[in-house]
Amino acid sequence: MMDYILAAVAALLLISGALFALSAAIGLLRLPDLYTRMHAASKVGTVGSGLLLLAAGLYSQDLAILARAIAGFVFLLLTAPVSAHLLARAAHLSGYQLGAVSVRDDLGKR
Amino acid sequence: MITPADIVAVASSAALIILGLALILTVWRVVAGPTLPDRILALDMLTGISIGLIAVIAVKTGFSLYIDIAISLGLVGFLATVAFARFVLSRGSIKSPAPTSPAKASSSTKASAKKRHGGGRKR
Repeated sequence: MMDYILAAVAALLLISGALFALSAAIGLLRLPDLYTRMHAASKVGTVGSGLLLLAAGLYSQDLAILARAIAGFVFLLLTAPVSAHLLARAAHLSGYQLGAVSVRDDLGKR
Repeated sequence: MITPADIVAVASSAALIILGLALILTVWRVVAGPTLPDRILALDMLTGISIGLIAVIAVKTGFSLYIDIAISLGLVGFLATVAFARFVLSRGSIKSPAPTSPAKASSSTKASAKKRHGGGRKR
């Protein structure tokens, strides 16, 4: 019975993580400019990868591997905002314009 | 009689198909993205999806060593994105006209370095 519960939880994590990654890819395609695409890529993509790592750690039934998977998830969670912020700042300073849907540009007023 | 291994096998196969679709869409953005930062963002996303794909393969094959590979791929992907962002920053403004002579090139890079904060540091 315990095996079935574990397998169901792992399957749910696998499917939901894959769907998160797919929605991030769709957002990367459909959103109008770089600064809006960054939301989809950095937030949703990180959650998708983290759920898949968590599924792999849980299904292995080993505490060391689960700890490693959680460490990988935490590392992703720490580095995704940093890289997205650096890229957005570099693009804005290089003069890449916001899309037509944007209403405010606080960084450009300086 | 459905065993737990069957449930996970079906789920991981479905996850592989969905992640393959996501990878194709992201590669489309890498190819079609109108600007350089768009392509860099899509490459960052590709490494993120690849980490998930490696985790799914770890579930499917039972080799837990794949998780270490996924963590190291995350390290490399983060550093690659930071380096690409630095390259975009050091390329300067895209609005300035393309320099034709070496003297003009040095002056234009100096101007762009003066325009951004902290541009005087070593690059």
